[in-house]
Amino acid sequence: MKEEVIITEGLTKKFGNFTAVDNITFTVNKGEIFGFLGANGAGKTTAMRMLCGLSKPTSGKATVAGIDVYSQAEKIKSNIGYMSQKFSLYEDLTVLENIKFFGGIYKLSDSRIKTKSEELVHRLSLEPQANKLVGSLPQGWKQKLAFSVAILHEPKIVFLDEPTGGVDPLARRQFWDLIYEAAGNGITIFITTHYMDEAEYCNRLSIMVDGRIEALDSPGALKQKYEAANMDEVFYRLARGAKRAE
Amino acid sequence: MRTLLFLLQKEFKQIYRYKAMVRIIIGMPIMQLLLLPLAADYEIKNINLAVVDNDHSTYSQQLVSTIIGSGYFRLAEYNQSYKKSLKLIESDKADLILEIPEGFERNLVRENKDQVLVAVNAINGTKANIGASYLNNIIKNYNQSLRMKLVTSNQGNQAIAIDLVNSNWYNPEMDYKSFMVPGILALLVTIIGGFLAALNIVREKEIGTIEQINVTPVRKSYFILGKLIPFWVIGNVVFTIGLVLSWLVYGIVPAGNLLVLYSFIWVYLLAVLGLGLLISTYCETQQQAMFINFFFIMIFILLGGLFTSIDSMPGWAKIIARINPVSYIIDVFRMIILKGSGFKDILPHIGIISFMALLLNSWAIKNYRKTS
Amino acid sequence: MKQFGAFVKKEFAHVFRDRRTLLILFGMPIMQILIFGFALSNEIKNTQLVVIDKAKDQASHKLINRIDASSYFEVSNIMLEEKDIEEVFEKGKLKLVLIIPAEFNLMLAHDKKASVQLIADASDPNTANLLKNYLAAILQDYQAELNGIGNGIGTESINIVPQTRMLYNPQLRSAHNFVPGVMALVLMLVCVMMTAITIVREKETGTMEVLLISPFKPWLVIIAKAVPYLVLSLVNVTTIVLLSVFVLQLPVNGSLFLLFAESTLFIITCLGIGIFISIKTNSQLIAMLISLIGMLLPTILFSGFMFPLENMPAVLQWIANIIPARWYYVIVKSVMIKGLGFSAIYLETLALVVIAAFFYALSIKNFKVRLA
Repeated sequence: MKEEVIITEGLTKKFGNFTAVDNITFTVNKGEIFGFLGANGAGKTTAMRMLCGLSKPTSGKATVAGIDVYSQAEKIKSNIGYMSQKFSLYEDLTVLENIKFFGGIYKLSDSRIKTKSEELVHRLSLEPQANKLVGSLPQGWKQKLAFSVAILHEPKIVFLDEPTGGVDPLARRQFWDLIYEAAGNGITIFITTHYMDEAEYCNRLSIMVDGRIEALDSPGALKQKYEAANMDEVFYRLARGAKRAE
Repeated sequence: MRTLLFLLQKEFKQIYRYKAMVRIIIGMPIMQLLLLPLAADYEIKNINLAVVDNDHSTYSQQLVSTIIGSGYFRLAEYNQSYKKSLKLIESDKADLILEIPEGFERNLVRENKDQVLVAVNAINGTKANIGASYLNNIIKNYNQSLRMKLVTSNQGNQAIAIDLVNSNWYNPEMDYKSFMVPGILALLVTIIGGFLAALNIVREKEIGTIEQINVTPVRKSYFILGKLIPFWVIGNVVFTIGLVLSWLVYGIVPAGNLLVLYSFIWVYLLAVLGLGLLISTYCETQQQAMFINFFFIMIFILLGGLFTSIDSMPGWAKIIARINPVSYIIDVFRMIILKGSGFKDILPHIGIISFMALLLNSWAIKNYRKTS
Repeated sequence: MKQFGAFVKKEFAHVFRDRRTLLILFGMPIMQILIFGFALSNEIKNTQLVVIDKAKDQASHKLINRIDASSYFEVSNIMLEEKDIEEVFEKGKLKLVLIIPAEFNLMLAHDKKASVQLIADASDPNTANLLKNYLAAILQDYQAELNGIGNGIGTESINIVPQTRMLYNPQLRSAHNFVPGVMALVLMLVCVMMTAITIVREKETGTMEVLLISPFKPWLVIIAKAVPYLVLSLVNVTTIVLLSVFVLQLPVNGSLFLLFAESTLFIITCLGIGIFISIKTNSQLIAMLISLIGMLLPTILFSGFMFPLENMPAVLQWIANIIPARWYYVIVKSVMIKGLGFSAIYLETLALVVIAAFFYALSIKNFKVRLA
């Protein structure tokens, strides 16, 4: 039986007269890698921010990990991880200090923090850099570190907002290895991306155009439906009709 | 509680790493405390007088030497034309002109009466007023002494003299430094406290790390406290350094109890930091936060009663002074450091500042939005 | 030149996009000029004075009435005993007590002299001094009255009558002194902060690099960034002058053209300091701390409108000379209030030119070093 960890129904966000997210309805299953695609300004980030409890919806329903986004936004936060397109660790703290800080914030015990940081540093082969400032690491390593920190507290769902921006292809591959590993451990991945090759890695995809979800299915099914050779084509066909662009 | 410890640890580490900032927030106040109090002397001395003597008589020369002999005036120039003396006023080299008319002595002897002209640069009203009244009084005294000469034979007509005996309590030498040093220190603590916490939060907003904090289950009050406490500690450090410097350099030792002084500073810093935090919750960029902070701090400083007396302000400005934390710290420093007032005397001050601290900080916590 | 125009246009677009900051930049100086123009004054009026009248006779009543009638004092009807003075002073509610000795009338009539005692809370020596001077003047008036009537030689006596003429500011309004000072202070700080921060901000966000690799001369990029702020500041000067004239009722006795020309020079000088700070620093926070913690108090103290520069030790007078506000303050006073022409302020103008040249030269030099 499928367990649904994100359920939205008619979720809408308006800024004044502008409807950023227009009546979207979808569900995400446990352990799934759910891709969230769309052109710039299509409303991806806004939708994601609502699900993370960073932004209050204007109307509609949404629950994340069974928790209502309206009434218990704070409670959601213990159950999710988040990594945004802006790099979000503290550059003026060391690798270990960042791990310790976020571990503490999510109320892990001291011994858990200790074993977790050893594990994490080992897995990312960051031993020589463990006491270096995060600001001095190459971008690709920073992203991997940020992802690992975001799932440090073993959340039910992790939200990734264009996590691989500005990273070379090799580092992206490594990043996706981490994602698969996390998904294998039962963590649901909710990811927005621009890269169509990455979209192929997802279990299911939703494509947003002008604030609405225009398509939602597995990559294979989408390609079949739109008679496209690859996701690029699918995306192009859908996004062509967009009225608003950045 | 444990979460707060993690937040604090992080903040302190970041501050410690930011050496350039630490140098400025510790070094600048020290430098300014060493220099600025020496500049804050507005005792009116050395009033510069230009004399235009058109008479060149015994009487006129006597009058001039009496005036210079009084010690209040410095002779900037003697015996140029009025026009030339006016040039001195224009270039701020003279503050007053005394013009003695031609035939001054003759008129005094024949008609018992003559006029002299006193022209005052009145842009600085206070200096003008005091200078003019000194000069008028010296002239009056000179009148009397002339009179005395004429009536020396007439016994019993000695002029009446009322002597003003001064007792200047708490500061008998009238040393402006003992007033200004604690005052400047108070302002420095205010500036440091007011800006740092505010800029810090907005900085996290600009860099984007605050977003990461907002998706964590951290409580708003903890986050604000995590920002407040480190800068509260820095404020205390700056204050303590300042206190030691005032003792070493200026020989100023608080007459009152140190603990009372510190207990006020502790509450005061909370209030000032609270204001900064509140402003930061309304701003998106460091630039905005800084200008708004600058606006308030400038008003607080200039209307705080250190540079100009609050008594001299119009009613509405006195109301501003009443909600101005700086006016309280200036007052309390003066009371404890110079007069040795006790805890009971400053209780109303502590009460009001505590109320402000509570109000500003809870407002800041309320207004800090993890969710938009 | 066409390229330069394009750059300037882009910078204007930046400035006008951020409405909130723009509002602050225009609104803040206006508010500050109004608040400080009305609230700052060196003159202390209606100070509460408690008289301990041990004589309670005709002479003491006359003296008290005279004091009460002056605008400086209000004789309080609080009953106070000598031994309680200390306690009252420590509470900080009262600053002055005058003690009139018993048998005051008798002493004046028989001994022809008497002394009254003034006890002042001198923890603020500047205020205490001023109040003492006011009271001394009243006493001397009273004394003169007693002598004039009491000696019976009144009209025949020799009498020099001073005719006092208050130049530039016959009503002795504080605004004449403070408004030019506040103008200099506010304009300088705002100009320096604005430029320093915007340029460093571009460095921080990395957009500066893009501009620097363009085929355009790097220092022209910087100048282009400063142009909108020059225009913005000139708008501020205009509103400030309008407010000074129509709201604070200051005269503009000299040439408006000269005033604006000098203001432009002053603004350019201050922008130069801002540019210099921005070149020497790499983060907005540090730029802000330098232009705020570093400059706020020194500018207030050294611009000369609060504390006379001639009272300062020589070293500090030298420091004051590198603060543009110090020169601009004299220029505004001379042009607006004294109505003088360029020949009276060429030295001040020269000083500004030298300071400006110094900072621009230093900036260009440092800029080249950075690129090499």
